[in-house]
Amino acid sequence: MEVPSPARMYDALLGGSHNFDVDRQAASNATALVPDLPKVALSNRAFLRRSVRYLADMGIRQFLDIGSGIPTVGNAHEVAQRAASDARVLYVDIDPVAVAHSAVILAGDERASAIEGDLRSPADLLSDLRVRSIIDFDKPVGVLLVAVLHLLSDADRPHEVVATLRDALPEGSYFVISHLSSANRPDEAAQLGEQARDKSGVPIIFRGREDITSFFDGLTVVDPGVVELPLWRPESEADIDEEPGRSLGLAGVGRKDAPAS
Amino acid sequence: MTTAHSVDRFATRWAASLKGAVAPAMTRAELEDMLRELTEQLAAAVRSTPFRPELGRAVGKALIDAHYRDTSVLNRTLALLSEEFVAEIGGEIGHELGNGDLMARLSQLHGAVAEGFAIALRDTVLAEQETTQRAALAAARAAEERRRASEARFQAVFAGAAVGIGVVDLTGTVLEVNEAMAGMLGLTPDDIRGRTIGAVIGPENIGHAYAEFQKLLGGDINQFRLETAHLRPDGRVANVDLSMTAVRDRTGTPDFFIGVAVDVTERRRLQNRLWHESRHDALTGLPNRMLFFERLEAAEQPIGLCYLDLDGFKNINDSLGHDAGDHVLRVAANRLRKAVEPDGCTIARLAGDEFVVLIERCGSPDRVAREAEKMLAVFGRPIEFDGEQLSVTGSIGVVHSALVGRDPGRLMRAADVTLYQAKANGSGRWERYDPARGERELTRHSLATAMPAALAQNEFLLHYQPLVSLADSSVRGFEALVRWDHPRLGRVSPGQFIPVAEETGNINALGQWVLEQGCLQAQRWFDEFGIDDLYVSVNVAATQLRQPTFVADVLGTLDQVGLPAMCLQLELTESAVAGDTHGALVALRELAAAGVRLAIDDFGTGYSNLAHLGRLPVHQLKIDRSLLSSSRKGEVVDPAHDKIVAATISLAHSLGLDVLAEGVETTTQADRLRLLQCDGAQGMLFGGPVPVSEAAEVLACQTGRANSA
Repeated sequence: MEVPSPARMYDALLGGSHNFDVDRQAASNATALVPDLPKVALSNRAFLRRSVRYLADMGIRQFLDIGSGIPTVGNAHEVAQRAASDARVLYVDIDPVAVAHSAVILAGDERASAIEGDLRSPADLLSDLRVRSIIDFDKPVGVLLVAVLHLLSDADRPHEVVATLRDALPEGSYFVISHLSSANRPDEAAQLGEQARDKSGVPIIFRGREDITSFFDGLTVVDPGVVELPLWRPESEADIDEEPGRSLGLAGVGRKDAPAS
Repeated sequence: MTTAHSVDRFATRWAASLKGAVAPAMTRAELEDMLRELTEQLAAAVRSTPFRPELGRAVGKALIDAHYRDTSVLNRTLALLSEEFVAEIGGEIGHELGNGDLMARLSQLHGAVAEGFAIALRDTVLAEQETTQRAALAAARAAEERRRASEARFQAVFAGAAVGIGVVDLTGTVLEVNEAMAGMLGLTPDDIRGRTIGAVIGPENIGHAYAEFQKLLGGDINQFRLETAHLRPDGRVANVDLSMTAVRDRTGTPDFFIGVAVDVTERRRLQNRLWHESRHDALTGLPNRMLFFERLEAAEQPIGLCYLDLDGFKNINDSLGHDAGDHVLRVAANRLRKAVEPDGCTIARLAGDEFVVLIERCGSPDRVAREAEKMLAVFGRPIEFDGEQLSVTGSIGVVHSALVGRDPGRLMRAADVTLYQAKANGSGRWERYDPARGERELTRHSLATAMPAALAQNEFLLHYQPLVSLADSSVRGFEALVRWDHPRLGRVSPGQFIPVAEETGNINALGQWVLEQGCLQAQRWFDEFGIDDLYVSVNVAATQLRQPTFVADVLGTLDQVGLPAMCLQLELTESAVAGDTHGALVALRELAAAGVRLAIDDFGTGYSNLAHLGRLPVHQLKIDRSLLSSSRKGEVVDPAHDKIVAATISLAHSLGLDVLAEGVETTTQADRLRLLQCDGAQGMLFGGPVPVSEAAEVLACQTGRANSA
């Protein structure tokens, strides 16, 4: 464990102990640059919680969480299963350690499992027999791309990746996307990106608002649209921890509808 | 009394104090619910009798379980658990216990909450670290398992491959070979592992392979192939086709070599068999014509050849059947092989009953003769077939390169010619090549083979000899005589090539060519000089006359050229029209009917059957020159010949035929012939055969004279 992993860094930012020294070091380096970074992590986790609840309320019963990292406190299956006990969740991550970690945490939960997979090869992912055995592609799916697309470089063609997934899923499916953004604090975003790339070896692409919004092309974006993390359907004023105008994360939820005739 | 209202207020204050602490799992409302519950617990703890401060531990633990792990959470909680708590919750208890006691209880409760928080935090962190370590270990194990599975798969491919695979390090040491590779060599992988590449490719190939390995190392090539033959421990020979490839690291430097081998033993064996079968005679097992000529081409000089042909073999086949013939050939081949092979000679069956023995490094012609003697000796004993004793003999032509030259084609022709000679001289004998005779035969042979091409390449030409009227010495026609300007042999005489042409059948094409050219020339003369009764006389061979298309060919040619039939004379020998040649007679009648002149050539050399001539539609008799020549010195005319000539002329005239004398050389002869009323003549006295230009001059002269006269 000589290289920090995004999954464990995230856990460290959330105050978890599912991480190693390198991960904590990388997280603390980032926090030194942007002291409110843990709050961004918190906002993101809170967005995940709210969006999964929303999808469950909309009747979604199967979730495909790609780039899930380590499903610690407040993760998708907990939220989903609390909202609807028959909800199924499949976690997919590229990091074999995170997948092994997930397997340990998910042991005994029949409705949640984790597999290793690469978001950059969506066609392979869609035809993976393990995916097919859990996700029924004839029924709406909730696809969670939470804090993962910013780990894909432009060369990985993230927009095409999302489009491929979108085209493969039935109408009524939802896409939940959150993404680190340079929209509000471009200088700090640039510094963070640089540091992550050079010191931690974890390239993070801070994308602009338009760029992030265009991930929802072909989808119907639900209210309130693509917004700062804390502003996406907060439960109450009191739940807004971050100062919205300063948030480093943008988020939104889109639905695949029948094509307009 | 503690009221729900005060609990709510305290919980709300508590929740507000925790704002900003990282805890992702709950909404504010959920948090307040939890803190309300905890507030109740704290109140219960303070009130407990006897006092049980340890109840505070559960509160500390609950915060941790709700993921409120930051130490600031403990701080804020403990800060609230003083005046704030007393004010909202503890007032009543304070009254009961006294303020000092309450504060002491709160202090102990602080300790318990902090203890619970710390213990839960420690347990949680340890548990999470444990989980994390287990996950890391599990991932490492999974990776190891994948590696092992991948290796096992590779091993299965490697071990089960039908092709041989070997890995060789840069020092040439074999690191690994599979069963297939070892099996090809008749060894086990253990036999080969750790040995050098020589064990795989054979020590005799090391030199060549070393150079190739150097090229692989240097990057000049990526792969090389070699085919090796191994003597396996079981004594069999294995042919292995081996490709060596360098496996390079990222910088292009070879790490090791991989060899892929295919057992080509069966393929090689099949190739060898096919090679053998294509070069050997199935009946006798001897080398065939193809292999013989390969050996002859490559043979070390000087060379001797014995060309043997069984005498009367056709009779054996015809009278006793092909089984007998085959049996005789097999026995003869076997005996001949035993006779000459110990001397290092090659014996081959060329065709049918023809065998040839090749003697290389053959010092003297006598050596060839000795081999020929040995060959003839094998027929001393009869060959038994089906209870019958067959007496078989052979004839042999013997040649030596010292007399013929080393050219294989020439040697074989010389041997053939000599064999023919031996046959002609009586069977069961061998004949040595006679250079003088052989040269003639060889020339005949080369003329025969060259003739078709010569026709195509216009090597032939016509000369014309005047045919004159004895009455006024005027030229009435020309005999067309064919000549051959051979590019190598020079001018070849008709005496040499006409018989060859007749033997080979080329005479038909040649005759047709002469006919066409003669007719064309006659037509040109007719156009040029306007002599309407001038004719061209063309010789026709017996075989031509027997061609079913002959009449059509002649009439077609006349038609094509536009020459009147009366301007063409065909000369035939007596023998060509003699005997029972009904077809010939019909042909001649047709031609005569069409107006073509017919002449009997060389009359007096054959049977000179005038009675027969009477029945032929012939116009002219050409008396052979031999009847004009004198047998005795000093005399101009042989008296006996003179009488024959006189009688012939008289008889011919009585049959209504013209007579022309050939070979007239002197005026005496001409005078005598005139006296005997011979109609025409040809010979040196009137002009020999000349090229077409000179013939034209003769005509020009004659027409000029006629015009001026």
